[in-house]
Amino acid sequence: MVGGRRKKQHFSRIHAFTCGKAYFRGDHSLIGGPGFSRVVYCNDPECFEASLLNYGGNYVRSTKYTLATFFPKSLFEQFRRVANFYFLICAILSFTPLSPYSSISNVLPLVVVIGATMGKEAVEDWKRKKQDIEMNNRKVKVHQGDGRFEHTKWMDLKVGDIVKVEKDEFFPADLILLSSSYEEAICYVETMNLDGETNLKLKQALEATSSLHEDSSFQNFKAVIRCEDPNANLYSFVGSLEFRKEQYPLSPQQLLLRDSKLRNTDYIFGAVIFTGHDTKVIQNSTEPPSKRSKIERRMDKIVYVLFALLVLLSVIGSIFFGIATREDLENGKMTRWYLRPDETTIYYDPERATVAAILQFLTALMLYSYLIPISLYVSIEVVKVLQSIFINQDLHMYYEEADKPARARTSNLNEELGQVDTILSDKTGTLTCNSMEFIKCSVAGTSYGRGITEVEKALAWRKVSPLAQDVTEEEGQVEEFKKEKPSVKGFNFLDERIMNGNWIKEPRADVIQKFLLLLAVCHTAIPEVDEEAGRTSYEAESPDEAAFVVAARELGFEFYERTQTRISFYEFDPLSGKKVERSYNLLNILEFSSSRKRMSVIVRNEEGKLLLLCKGADSVMFERLAKSGQEFAELTKEHIAEYADAGLRTLVIAYREIDEQEYVEFNEQFTEAKNLVSADREEMIEEAAGKIERDLILLGATAVEDKLQNGVPDCIDKLAQAGIKIWVLTGDKMETAINIGFACSLLRQGMKQIVINPETPEIKALEKSDDKSAAAAAFKASVLQQIAEGKRLLSSSNKDSEAVALIVDGKSLTYALEDDVKDNFLELAIGCASVICCRSSPKQKALVTRLVKSKTGSTTLAIGDGANDVGMLQEADIGVGISGVEGMQAVMSSDIAIAQFRFLERLLLVHGHWCYRRISSMICYFFYKNIAFGFTIFFYEIYASFSGQAVYNDWFLSLYNVFFTSLPVIALGVFDQDVSSRLCLKFPPLYQEGIQNVLFSWLRILAWLFNGVLSATIIFFFCIRAMQHQAFRKGGEVVGLEILGATMYTCVVWVVNCQMALSISYFTYIQHLFIWGGIVFWYIFLIAYGAIDPDISTSAYQVFIEACAPSGLYWLLTLLVLIASLLPYFAYSAIQMRFFPLYHQMIQWIRSDGQTDDPEYCHIVRQRSLSHTTVGYTARFEAKSKSSKERARDH
Amino acid sequence: MSSSTPSSSAGGVGSADSAAPRRNSKRPKYSKFTQQELPACKPILTPRWVISAFMLVSIVFIPIGVVSLFASRDVVEIIDRYETACVPDGYKNDKVTFIQSNLTKQCNRTLTVKKRMKKPIYVYYQLDNFYQNHRRYVKSRSDSQLKENSSWDDVSSCKPEDMSKDQPIVPCGLIAWSLFNDTYSFSLNDQQLAVNKKGISWKSDRDSKFGKDVFPQNFQNGSLKGGATLNLSIPLSEQEDLIVWMRTAALPTFRKLYGKIEQDLQPNDQIHVTLDNNYNTYSFNGKKKLVLSTTSWLGGKNDFLGIAYLTVGGLCFFLALSFTVVYLVKPRRLGDPSYLSWNRNPGGH
Repeated sequence: MVGGRRKKQHFSRIHAFTCGKAYFRGDHSLIGGPGFSRVVYCNDPECFEASLLNYGGNYVRSTKYTLATFFPKSLFEQFRRVANFYFLICAILSFTPLSPYSSISNVLPLVVVIGATMGKEAVEDWKRKKQDIEMNNRKVKVHQGDGRFEHTKWMDLKVGDIVKVEKDEFFPADLILLSSSYEEAICYVETMNLDGETNLKLKQALEATSSLHEDSSFQNFKAVIRCEDPNANLYSFVGSLEFRKEQYPLSPQQLLLRDSKLRNTDYIFGAVIFTGHDTKVIQNSTEPPSKRSKIERRMDKIVYVLFALLVLLSVIGSIFFGIATREDLENGKMTRWYLRPDETTIYYDPERATVAAILQFLTALMLYSYLIPISLYVSIEVVKVLQSIFINQDLHMYYEEADKPARARTSNLNEELGQVDTILSDKTGTLTCNSMEFIKCSVAGTSYGRGITEVEKALAWRKVSPLAQDVTEEEGQVEEFKKEKPSVKGFNFLDERIMNGNWIKEPRADVIQKFLLLLAVCHTAIPEVDEEAGRTSYEAESPDEAAFVVAARELGFEFYERTQTRISFYEFDPLSGKKVERSYNLLNILEFSSSRKRMSVIVRNEEGKLLLLCKGADSVMFERLAKSGQEFAELTKEHIAEYADAGLRTLVIAYREIDEQEYVEFNEQFTEAKNLVSADREEMIEEAAGKIERDLILLGATAVEDKLQNGVPDCIDKLAQAGIKIWVLTGDKMETAINIGFACSLLRQGMKQIVINPETPEIKALEKSDDKSAAAAAFKASVLQQIAEGKRLLSSSNKDSEAVALIVDGKSLTYALEDDVKDNFLELAIGCASVICCRSSPKQKALVTRLVKSKTGSTTLAIGDGANDVGMLQEADIGVGISGVEGMQAVMSSDIAIAQFRFLERLLLVHGHWCYRRISSMICYFFYKNIAFGFTIFFYEIYASFSGQAVYNDWFLSLYNVFFTSLPVIALGVFDQDVSSRLCLKFPPLYQEGIQNVLFSWLRILAWLFNGVLSATIIFFFCIRAMQHQAFRKGGEVVGLEILGATMYTCVVWVVNCQMALSISYFTYIQHLFIWGGIVFWYIFLIAYGAIDPDISTSAYQVFIEACAPSGLYWLLTLLVLIASLLPYFAYSAIQMRFFPLYHQMIQWIRSDGQTDDPEYCHIVRQRSLSHTTVGYTARFEAKSKSSKERARDH
Repeated sequence: MSSSTPSSSAGGVGSADSAAPRRNSKRPKYSKFTQQELPACKPILTPRWVISAFMLVSIVFIPIGVVSLFASRDVVEIIDRYETACVPDGYKNDKVTFIQSNLTKQCNRTLTVKKRMKKPIYVYYQLDNFYQNHRRYVKSRSDSQLKENSSWDDVSSCKPEDMSKDQPIVPCGLIAWSLFNDTYSFSLNDQQLAVNKKGISWKSDRDSKFGKDVFPQNFQNGSLKGGATLNLSIPLSEQEDLIVWMRTAALPTFRKLYGKIEQDLQPNDQIHVTLDNNYNTYSFNGKKKLVLSTTSWLGGKNDFLGIAYLTVGGLCFFLALSFTVVYLVKPRRLGDPSYLSWNRNPGGH
């Protein structure tokens, strides 16, 4: 309590909150009218009036289905798929005499397929249900009358209940804050789950209710709240509270939203106003968009092509059938009398041959349905689920520290991971850890700090061995790095020269002392002393400020107390070698603002001297230095440039002594400006501050690392080598964004930068004036002009194959995204090697994503960690959430969640590539095997007068996709690897296969379809030519329909399975088991089925044991057909593999030649396929060596 | 072709004991399976493998082809097409009227044996353009009726040959109804050649599909007579002509076994055939042939298999040679990615 109260004072002291004072504004007159009709009887939810209102409970349901709606709804979903609907029609028709085969064999596969998909839906929904149950059964303390508060389940909350929420608990519903543990009824709220912002927000209750501090005070509490109806607007709220016959206005300041968290406050009391689905957060939640991968969309097109083929074949068949049927009666005489055309049914009636032909068309649709693989969808589902299990199980993507494995939340985008063209990345929390570390400083012209940044590390690594670059070693390095990670958060400074008090031995100890003193004093942080551990921790507005205070503490200047007027700290006294307590009087704080780019404090030290301590960006600080204070200016500037290149954030540190007279003058002006209530208050303050912040004496500079996550530069480098474009969309300011751009090698020295930021004085002046539209027009014109300029620059640098970077700020982005500009903008952006958008709002992030996705048609991946990235994640083709420290919102709306940015490398280059390859080969193969099968049926029809008689037994037909050929395909889809994960990472350009869609191009698909037709032709015609009318074995028996069917089927099973064996390049025991097992299983099935009573087995009865097996012809024919069918493909792939290998085949060659360990060779292979305009440190290194070579040549 | 075990990279990750397992840790369990590091054979089509594969195929296929061709050539076959010859001259233009008339259908043919034929000699009749595989025809039978006496009235699938005079027909359906009814008798040097009609059908048909207690009934009693009649006192399981007929042929040109001659025939033997040309193939322009054939281990006479084997084998041999030449003449450019699609069109980047 004590600490809490102290802190409260500080915050209000520093920030001068103006909270809790809402007046009845215009909006409040609406209360009671339409849209503002809600009436809440606080603390009396059971009363008569309240029961009339009948507001919903607090039960929240996020499931798609309920028990009752599951069947109709999910069935409807299923049959919305064209293929499934077609199979449903087939199944229904199969009960009519139209069916070419028995209905059961037609319906069963459909039931299995639909059942499996519905089962998956049910399981997924059940998971959501369990989440709901957990959520709804959380407990919160609710007033039960008589001042008693008891734990109640969230779902039992009612509108009007009084709840007591304790520290670090979530609010169970939307509440009106009545009072808190603080005297002034304020509380701190973390709204990370709503908007991704990590800073705490302050809420304050009405004064009228703020005195209700105890449980018992609610015994007789009665109030009525009238407010707006449930809506989705998070930032507005209009209502009034009637308490003790008085009306008080309510504003968003009193509203506590569900899913936000109570922080730094022991407890609060609140009245429930919106429950369950009425709460703002749930009103806000949009149905997550259902995403489908490109491959699947193309697959649908293939299905349509096959439909067309199916219809074509059926039409051809039915025309021939119609002609043959009409000729059955010639002038009243029967030709094919054995069919009894004189006494026939509608299906074969020669007199109504047209009708018969149309009906035959339906039969044919069913008969050739094997062209469209019914099990394709379900097999793909199965494969994708298994693939995502592999992603989830990957140890290389498990983050030990947070105990978080990767999680594929939706499985239907796996293969899309292999085709990503553009990555749109958030910065804070995604590229960086969102923690600042004090890493270097330059004091008195000497650079201190031996810590190395990620960027330096990466660069150094490249310099040492530019060619050898082994994954394992790199990972080892990361491991090593982890061990030496600093134990102090925000401090990664290593330099024995100034640590442990050694600084006093340095030549300019006096400057160092002032420097450290400034770090300890010039800030707005608040200390929190942990008495037990004797440690002080700090709460600061921004993490870099915290890093300064921590650094000062670690170096001997421990700031421990702040009051309204005093700052106290321990100082390491160089003379006595002991800690000495100091306290300075704090006179003014000149706050940081984006235009000032600096902050200062004015203090009076213990000797009574007045000091102005100032820190700020180099761009504004150097011009404010006194002539005498520039002693170290040159060296410091050099250091700053060095730090910036290493991706560090730098601040210049300076001070000055003020005489009393000057201070008095300043203080007058400053106070006057502060008390001013007019539009130019800010300017006046700035002016006053600017006057005193001059003639500074330079002390040095600090360098803070906005710490990149482990391995980010390396990962970006790999992704860039793979040809993936990386855009950074951040809410940060431009400088920070550019810093990070350098830090992760998205930008490099010598790269041309196109900056679109038309903040010219004229436009600013226009904005100040009332003519907003003129300002907007001028702004837009300026943006347009800059885009045009950028394009010119781009085209000129394209000739020199130089990389160009584009940096846009949020405001310009608003105009750049307008309909008439965006195409221009996109053209420019696509041409650039890296794109950085700063100050962009969540909406803009989503818009940029949509722009890239829709205009270029390429696959986009968005990665982010905060709720402000949700829009982007949902808009992109794939949304990847970082399950880091910031809330779960991003993860919940992502498709795949990983713990660290660097895992993206493995996710895309390994899993993405594999999944893409697997799914695309699997689909091609699926169509192949079904075409091969379907065409044998069609060919047979030519010899059966197109009557619709199937050549195969009913059960052979229906089990084809289920048993004999499906498992190898699934094994292909789950396990196949063209190259191992190690090589995938070693040769990132391999990823281009996915981006260029080489493995699923129309040419390749059509080639497979053609191969299917070819196989079918060989199988069918070889079979019927070999098994003509002659005796089929020594016993003189001839071939009947059932023997031909069984033989052809055997050939098909052999051919498609061996084709699979030929086309995969990765045989584990699983592949062996499934492929050869499929063939063996066919024989087992044939024997078992043939042994069953002929009532069931019909034409398959004893066909193998009695007829086929003892016949030499059967076996010889199988061998012949097998080899002959595979020969074309084998010859083709032998030529292609050797003389026109794809990239993965090239790597296979390298592997089989044993050259993967020859670094030089691998480097050559990698390098040749790299583009010059790429980013990453490899490119940076190349550019550097290129320019140095050029320089050498010039000399 | 190499079979290699991918080494588990990044040492620490692979071993399970690297971190003391936390309670409820979400750390995935390590196994070669889940990490997709199963030992695997990763074959690629190296020149050696390609050439060996082609050579192997040709080495296996050419001998098989030769043997099959010899087997087929060993078979002696006598084919006599008689459907036109057995129509009297006056009816040559209107064969259908002839076959539907009550005129005598007997016809005499003489067959000359060209090569020695070893017993057993199989006698087939061959029909042409006869769609026994027509869906209407194939479905028009009642398996349960054929099999069991008790389901004698199960004729639902047999329309229009299901009932006659309000009584179920046994065996019902179009197949039985259109039973082939030409008959042949052979004589050699005025000596009757015995035709064995036992054992010409599949054993499983006799045993399991046609009942021993099922007798023909009400057969061919309808207004329109189809084909042969059956002896009402013989159970279906012994009516082998019917059993053979009822196993429908796969293709519109087919032979069916008529009987066996258990006697060797010498070259230049003249066989006189007396046949009853009853069956109407004239309506649909079908041919009728009488075939006498021996068999080899590969069945009847058909050169296709042998020729196909020789062709494929020869083709593989040719491919093996040309691949050898190509591999020698034009070695692969190592690791040159310049012809990769995305390098060919720089606009794609």
